[in-house]
Amino acid sequence: MQNDVIMAGFGGQGVLLIGKMLAYAGMREGKEVSWLPSYGPEMRGGTANCTVVISDRPVGSPVVQHPRAVLALNLPSLDKFESSVKPGGVLLINSSLINRDSQRDDITVVKVPANEIANELSNSRGANMVALGAYLGATHAVSLAVVEGVVRETFAAKPKLVDVNLEALHRGYELGEQVARKGEPR
Amino acid sequence: MAETVVFSRPQALAAVQTHYCPGCTHGVIHRMVAEVIDELGLRARTVGIAPVGCSVLAYNYFAMDFHEASHGRAPAVATGIKRARPDLIVFTYQGDGDLASIGMAEIVHCANRGEKVTVVFVNNAIYGMTGGQMAPTTMPGQVATTCPLGRDVEQAGHPIRVVEMISTLRTPAFVARASVHTPLYAVNAKEMLRRAFRYQKDGTCFSLVEVLSTCPTNWGMPPAEATRWLEKTMMPYYPLGVFKTPERGDRAPRPLAPEEAVCRTM
Amino acid sequence: MAKKLMKGCEAIGEAAIHAGCKLFFGYPITPQNEIPEYMSHRLPQVGGTFVQAESEVAASNMLYGASGSGERVLTSSSSPGISLMMEAVSYLAGSELPVVIVNIMRAGPGLGGILPSQSDYFQATKGGGHGDYRLLVLAPWSVQEAADLVQDAFDLADFYRNPVMVLGDGLIGQMMEPVEFGAERVPCKLLAPKTWAATGCDGSRPTNIVNSLFLDPEVLEQHNIKLKAKYDRMVRDEVRFAEYFTDEPYDLLLVAYGTVARVCSTAIEDLREQGVKAGLIRPVSLFPFPYAAVRAAAAKAKAVLVVELSSGQMIEDVQLALRGAKPVYFKGRQGGMLISPDEVAESIREVLAGKAAEVVNG
Repeated sequence: MQNDVIMAGFGGQGVLLIGKMLAYAGMREGKEVSWLPSYGPEMRGGTANCTVVISDRPVGSPVVQHPRAVLALNLPSLDKFESSVKPGGVLLINSSLINRDSQRDDITVVKVPANEIANELSNSRGANMVALGAYLGATHAVSLAVVEGVVRETFAAKPKLVDVNLEALHRGYELGEQVARKGEPR
Repeated sequence: MAETVVFSRPQALAAVQTHYCPGCTHGVIHRMVAEVIDELGLRARTVGIAPVGCSVLAYNYFAMDFHEASHGRAPAVATGIKRARPDLIVFTYQGDGDLASIGMAEIVHCANRGEKVTVVFVNNAIYGMTGGQMAPTTMPGQVATTCPLGRDVEQAGHPIRVVEMISTLRTPAFVARASVHTPLYAVNAKEMLRRAFRYQKDGTCFSLVEVLSTCPTNWGMPPAEATRWLEKTMMPYYPLGVFKTPERGDRAPRPLAPEEAVCRTM
Repeated sequence: MAKKLMKGCEAIGEAAIHAGCKLFFGYPITPQNEIPEYMSHRLPQVGGTFVQAESEVAASNMLYGASGSGERVLTSSSSPGISLMMEAVSYLAGSELPVVIVNIMRAGPGLGGILPSQSDYFQATKGGGHGDYRLLVLAPWSVQEAADLVQDAFDLADFYRNPVMVLGDGLIGQMMEPVEFGAERVPCKLLAPKTWAATGCDGSRPTNIVNSLFLDPEVLEQHNIKLKAKYDRMVRDEVRFAEYFTDEPYDLLLVAYGTVARVCSTAIEDLREQGVKAGLIRPVSLFPFPYAAVRAAAAKAKAVLVVELSSGQMIEDVQLALRGAKPVYFKGRQGGMLISPDEVAESIREVLAGKAAEVVNG
């Protein structure tokens, strides 16, 4: 059993951070994990991305051409990675910043208004947490409880940020789970 | 009646014959370095670094642990030794091709980091071991095998004054130039070397002594004439003296304004 | 000790400290800057010293001085910087000094690019510097293995009194994976005290000279013969490799090292589900190269496919191993382009379908 995801967005949107948190959580669950930052021609164009692999067995290629999930926080990321999602996989679109739909009909598409939700929670920088939550809800790649623990650790130095980020995570999670449960092909 | 020893080989010098040419001053400088090390009681914890050049075999002539460095890199090797073993007394012994040409980056940065090592820099204005090619310290008009018509400053620039250049750095503590071409000058040179090693012994800072030297073989003149040539041609361009001391405190050049001196890393 | 998620570069630094390395000399170059950065804050915590040198030339000679003083010392760089260190590498080998050098390879030649590559295989395994010498070269395929091999590298360097190079690519340096450091480290070799080090001589022993100069040709030849005997012992005792998917029958044998071998393993796994049978052998020591193991594994296959991030360098060792026994094919990417499992799978299919061109020398 393997879960892999490419998380992509503008530099500063925090995709590398949520990728690391996901990898940490996978490790905590006793899984094999790898986290690979943008390190290739795809880093051109001002986008940052990382590939996270979570597996029951030692991770083979840390480079994933057709991930089981893509999390696109901005339009250039969607344009770049939409076609690479494995058939039956999950595409998460940050609908706050991306005003087009996916052209794929062989995957589950989860539209997440990540920035709007984050703003509702007065946590404008928490869009990445909403997105991470949505990914978890849609894929159950790792358990929510473990990720909560990682969130607590990550923001241990700034306790004020723990609760708001947990809230953002939960809102995303509910949304992701809802859409994925609708029975779209997965 | 017991004999009184009035003159003997320094302990720090090995009981071997050197390969140096007649009239060369390397032997004198080796001996003075050895005497200073003995007098300061440093031999058992001194490690030297030989260069590439005429003194490449210096490790055979000193009775102490030694490294043989690649060409010009002795100050980097010295840095490695001193950082690994700060308790050791570390000195490099380098010629002008080694230090002022191929090893210029290493000597400048070693000095500028203030490595607590001592550099003995022997300047004879020529490449000796390779057979008399032009050095960065070769005098204008001086004939060498790669400037058979004499050093042309239009083509090769003017000779580099190492001591003056190192003195422009703020960090180094003791920078001096001496000569050994007559006994009186040699007495002064030994004093410079003694100070250089003492500063290291006291943990002060980087010290460098440039020693002007003759090379009768490659200059193509008898030793006595070489001595006169050094005095007449080299000494006016390479003035002797102490250029920097730690006691003076002021390690000019200063930063532009006092606040510039405040560490900017915060 | 618990597992920690670490970047490859940081794991390499921590592994060195774990192995008792107290000194690091280096010069910035992408993509390995996290190693000197890590060491600059970590070494002072363990009473060690970090020096940012003025160049790789100087850094590698600082290594020479520190190693000659008997201490464990590390440097790291990436391809163009490693080229600058080649002078010192030759001197280190000639003077028999143990050091560990990490090369996080980027694409060349020249300034090249900053992205991953395996194009320094020749430089690492066949020379690079002048003279008759060899480096022990170890190539990790994961962050954990990088940490393990760096620690072994210090023991091997001390044991053989020889520089050891850990050869990784940009992926190894940049990616994060869980790493575990054993609480109690046991050296992989039985190590003798460094009685040869130049640490000051009080007359109780002959002076120690750290030196590679032997002007008498008879003496130098004896030195060369002694070095060769040492390299022969490495060849006999230090071959490391791993095999995957070779328990079941296979038609094609893949040979790859470093992260590329992981890409190959995924490709092979994907194809197994479709009934395409391939096996994989991964050299872990590049010098000494596992010639016998490659030949033995190839004997069970119809052909061999070498996959590298280069125009084909390790392939020459594979050809040496096979001595013409099997046809050899090659798949490579260059310039910092990565290779994907799909590309490897396609190459495997092409070779097995007889559509690929065999690599023929001469």
